[in-house]
Amino acid sequence: MAAFRKVLIANRGEIACRIATVLRQRGIASVAVCSEADADARHVRLADEHVLIGPPPVAQSYLNQDAILEAARATGAEAIHPGYGLLSENIGFARRVAEAGLVFIGPTPEAIEAMGDKARARETARAAGCPVVPGSDGPVEDDAEADRIAEALGYPVLVKAAGGGGGIGMAIVEQPDKLARALTSCRDRGRSSFGNAAVYLEKYIERPRHIEVQVLFDHFGHGVHLFERECSVQRRHQKVIEEAPSPFVVAHPEMREGLTRAALAAASAIGYRNAGTVEFVVGQDGRFYFIEMNTRLQVEHAVTEAITGVDLIGWQLDIAAGLPLTLQQADVTCNGAAIECRIYAEDPEKSFVPKPGRIAAFEPPTGEGVRFDTGVGPDTDVTPYYDPMIAKLVTHAGDRAEATTRAIDALERFRIDGLTTNRAFLQTILATDTFRQADYDTGWLERYVKAARKAQA
Amino acid sequence: MAANIKAHITGTVWKIEVAVGDTIAEGTVVMILESMKMEMPVESDDAGRITEILVKEGQAVKEGEPVATIELD
Repeated sequence: MAAFRKVLIANRGEIACRIATVLRQRGIASVAVCSEADADARHVRLADEHVLIGPPPVAQSYLNQDAILEAARATGAEAIHPGYGLLSENIGFARRVAEAGLVFIGPTPEAIEAMGDKARARETARAAGCPVVPGSDGPVEDDAEADRIAEALGYPVLVKAAGGGGGIGMAIVEQPDKLARALTSCRDRGRSSFGNAAVYLEKYIERPRHIEVQVLFDHFGHGVHLFERECSVQRRHQKVIEEAPSPFVVAHPEMREGLTRAALAAASAIGYRNAGTVEFVVGQDGRFYFIEMNTRLQVEHAVTEAITGVDLIGWQLDIAAGLPLTLQQADVTCNGAAIECRIYAEDPEKSFVPKPGRIAAFEPPTGEGVRFDTGVGPDTDVTPYYDPMIAKLVTHAGDRAEATTRAIDALERFRIDGLTTNRAFLQTILATDTFRQADYDTGWLERYVKAARKAQA
Repeated sequence: MAANIKAHITGTVWKIEVAVGDTIAEGTVVMILESMKMEMPVESDDAGRITEILVKEGQAVKEGEPVATIELD
């Protein structure tokens, strides 16, 4: 099978720009789609042609499956790259793309489905020998059973409502005499919020770290891992700074073998193909547990590209075209360290409210080991309709300390006038002792922000 | 005395939570704006009675733009 001649990019912003650039490098024609708000956007200008698919709101444009499929048909594109977010993990869309005789650049709809249902994904991962967070495996019958399970798991435990997510009703229970009360309160919250009083228990991982493994699989069952990334620096479940390799794994080198083997096993178990990421929560003791698999490219894939030199989007295209993954595990090496900073149009001084606006002057930083992926440029409106991430800065160096210094310096050189961003906030975080020593966990940034606010008041 | 309740961010009106004639307390959520995939409630700084709603659901608003008027207690 030959590579594609023309590919439609069903996304916007920096990732659509990146995909368009990779397509150009490979001599593949590109088709951008855009909403009315994005008619002059950078991704539209970088693509060979573009199709207007609807008004600004995503439901009527970037999530409008009919319009996107029609754009592919009208332009003669053979494949659709969904990027991340939007339609990238939409089972119905992946099916419709295939039914239209086109190629969805990603896994099969069955694989998306297998990992989309969290309970099923957990079972699949466990059956594949991937550790999962120990818990009650379904709702607990009564207080007596909860007591018994909590004792077996070991305190602290997490009480969660089975009916919904978002942490609603969730409580950490430190000791046995507090359990009954937490169960009652969680059942009440579950009943009032989701009409479901069922609760379940999970072991509470203290000061957890978020570590994920990038994998690539082809149609012939051959797969490799591309080491791990760490994304523990996050706010409100939104990643802010990511890095590869994980400094925690570097400090506990014995972990890597098990972590990467577990990721490959989970992906293999569902016959995964294309690029994917297996996410783990890691305790301070180095034990790791499967959380979920992202069946798509991730925002932070660029740090993996930096340390391995592997072009992930290029491989996505080749694999989707049916070509074999010629990369062998021994070919994938980890060189130096890379750090990604997400640049958001938000105001850290005002509780991080999103800040749409108009960019006047704009000069991306350049320099050794600096990569800057963006969907905006000078004289661009950053509209309120889409995600506030306007760019990502990736710095790569021989070691983590130097990559950090390069990030701070590049942020300083980055010129952006007219728009409020988190640039100075990123520099502050990068310069903290906690970040320098990588002594963080997924709750650290939130605690840091709160403490800084208190100190100011 | 009448006062304006203003949008604190640029975004789209997602949901209006009050009606003309409603008596509200300080801190009441008057409407929810959506901006950059985040829902941001607009709270009233004052207690009083809503006399006019100046926007419709789905309408785009700019930071600082009046979205409702209130007759203060």
